[in-house]
Amino acid sequence: MAATKTIEVALSTTGLGPDGRPQRIPLGAEGLISSRPSLEPELEGEHMLINIGPQHPATHGVLRLVLELDGETVVRCIPHVGYLHCGFEKIGEYRQYNQIIPWTDREDYLNSMGNNVAYVLGAERLFGIEITERCTVLRVIAMELSRIISHLVWLGTTCIDIGAFTPFLWSFQERENVYKLLEGWTGARLTTSGTRVGGMIADVPDGWVDGLKGFLANFPKTLDQVDRMLTRNAIWVGRTVGLGVMTPEEALNYGLSGPMLRASGVAYDVRKDFPYLDYETYDFDVPVGTNGDVYDRFLVRFEELKQSVRILEQAVKRLPDGPVNVDDPRVILPPKHKATSEMESMIHHFKVVMEGPRPPIGECYVPIESPKGEKGYYFVSDGTAKPVRWRIRPPSYVNLSAIPKMVEGHLLSDVIAINASIDIVMGEIDR
Amino acid sequence: MSTPIPHDPAAPLFDIVVAGHGAPGQPTTPKQLPHKGGAVNPSVDALRARFGSAIGRHEVVWGETTVYVERTKVAEVCAWLQSDAAQSYEYLSDVTAVEYRDHVRAIEVVWHLRSIKFRRFLRLKAELPKDGKTPLEVPSVWPVWKGADWLERECFDMFGITFTGHPDLRRILLWEQYKEGHPLRKDFPLRGRFSRAEQLKNALAADPEARYSMEELSVVEAFASLPADMRQRLGGGEKVGE
Repeated sequence: MAATKTIEVALSTTGLGPDGRPQRIPLGAEGLISSRPSLEPELEGEHMLINIGPQHPATHGVLRLVLELDGETVVRCIPHVGYLHCGFEKIGEYRQYNQIIPWTDREDYLNSMGNNVAYVLGAERLFGIEITERCTVLRVIAMELSRIISHLVWLGTTCIDIGAFTPFLWSFQERENVYKLLEGWTGARLTTSGTRVGGMIADVPDGWVDGLKGFLANFPKTLDQVDRMLTRNAIWVGRTVGLGVMTPEEALNYGLSGPMLRASGVAYDVRKDFPYLDYETYDFDVPVGTNGDVYDRFLVRFEELKQSVRILEQAVKRLPDGPVNVDDPRVILPPKHKATSEMESMIHHFKVVMEGPRPPIGECYVPIESPKGEKGYYFVSDGTAKPVRWRIRPPSYVNLSAIPKMVEGHLLSDVIAINASIDIVMGEIDR
Repeated sequence: MSTPIPHDPAAPLFDIVVAGHGAPGQPTTPKQLPHKGGAVNPSVDALRARFGSAIGRHEVVWGETTVYVERTKVAEVCAWLQSDAAQSYEYLSDVTAVEYRDHVRAIEVVWHLRSIKFRRFLRLKAELPKDGKTPLEVPSVWPVWKGADWLERECFDMFGITFTGHPDLRRILLWEQYKEGHPLRKDFPLRGRFSRAEQLKNALAADPEARYSMEELSVVEAFASLPADMRQRLGGGEKVGE
């Protein structure tokens, strides 16, 4: 072990008393505080070690940051993750393909519907299934709604971190409206489990699309309010501009993705570059920042909210009629009345439930553009009903790994803003 | 704070572009992919021409190209793929590993590379045979892509694969004193190796005085090296951090 010297922080004592115990400073003892020479003379010129989290409201979950400070400036930052580790990938090796879907809700829990869709996109490529037209459009709606949820939560919590309270209330109110829609569709707000391999858990109920149209009509008004409140607000700009700058080369090299990468000026969006779900047929733009700081990340995410509304409007217009699930008895359960009356359907039902669908031997990695960045599920199949390996490519895990680089040289208070700008979800990081 | 505050309401705040410049034609959603076979990523031929026998077989499954690379040459191959102008794999998507349920089949380390410029996707694999002689060791690609840092640490944590050249190869999702092994190995039982009672016993036996040291910024038994008055205070039952 190297020679270690550890310094305690946040000890407000006046040194040892006559009994050898530390003396406390009484509350309001101004004279005592001002008259004392120096609390810890050995601290002068030394770096200080400070610990943020794991239980801290501004770390957005159980993230622990150990910071080495010189005065108030961060010299070094060591993040510690893993407090929420549940072993999703290990559990997935013991489950059939449809049984893994509930776990995808629980990793990036702000984007649960998007994870469900991403998961089944990977699984369907592994099975070689082509989904129906209506299902494709419904999944686009699901993904964009969860992108709106995720960005709204990011917006609200970041505003709280930086000190603006009102946009938090606005964004959480709108988020509630989206959750109502999702609840009407899947029966759950957060843990939706809304997809199945080959289709969706259910078609949208009657009148649901009208509810979505109502949301799309009102939501831009809220965005305008937030825009007026924040975008040119001197305090907001002053707290965010120039913080945590990543150049395009650095951002690529550190593996950043999503709004983090685009804020740095790299125009990489999986929806455009490696499209899925016919995203190439939708008309939408990709906002790209120039400075790569916290302010640009805010602008990019804020613009993505508007673009999501655009995509949703087009999706609602083109939503075709027809079946949602594929007509493939290997993976899709037959209708209940057939399963109880026809021999063949009953056998299919039994085999799908008891044995589970079996993909051919192979592997695939299908990336999607999650609100946090490039998210992908990597499957390896050996031909049995359970995957040999099920791997989540977590965007916020890779994004967070660049935080030591981003906070270096910034003030302690700016660490909070930079950490908020990464948009981390610890469920996804620890898995 | 050198960036000027955008105060002109008419000035554009950022650019809006269509992503992925550099390749002709817009990509489309892949449809009706064949299970085996199909278009091979052109980088495979370039790799063979450059590295020869270090490149093993390749296969195309569901439209994705996989190339097997010799275990010791991975970092070299990756550095070339990233820096060569005709390949330009500037983005590392993922580093992970696969162990099969087969007792004989080798453990595979998997790298997912992405060329944003040419819109290509390439999967590299290195095989680590389970013959008891080959070390579970591959070169780290951290010097090529800094993003490999945590991905390799996770792979080490979960599979016990050593990435030589990684600057800070520690466990990341599990704690550093974790003694039960590497959970994603197939010989690791789903419920772990120790019973709940044993896990509780181990947790209670841990030293609560373990501290962070300035030099290592990791948990060490630093109590003995604390200043004398601090040792005295801690020894007297004082709680710190109030």
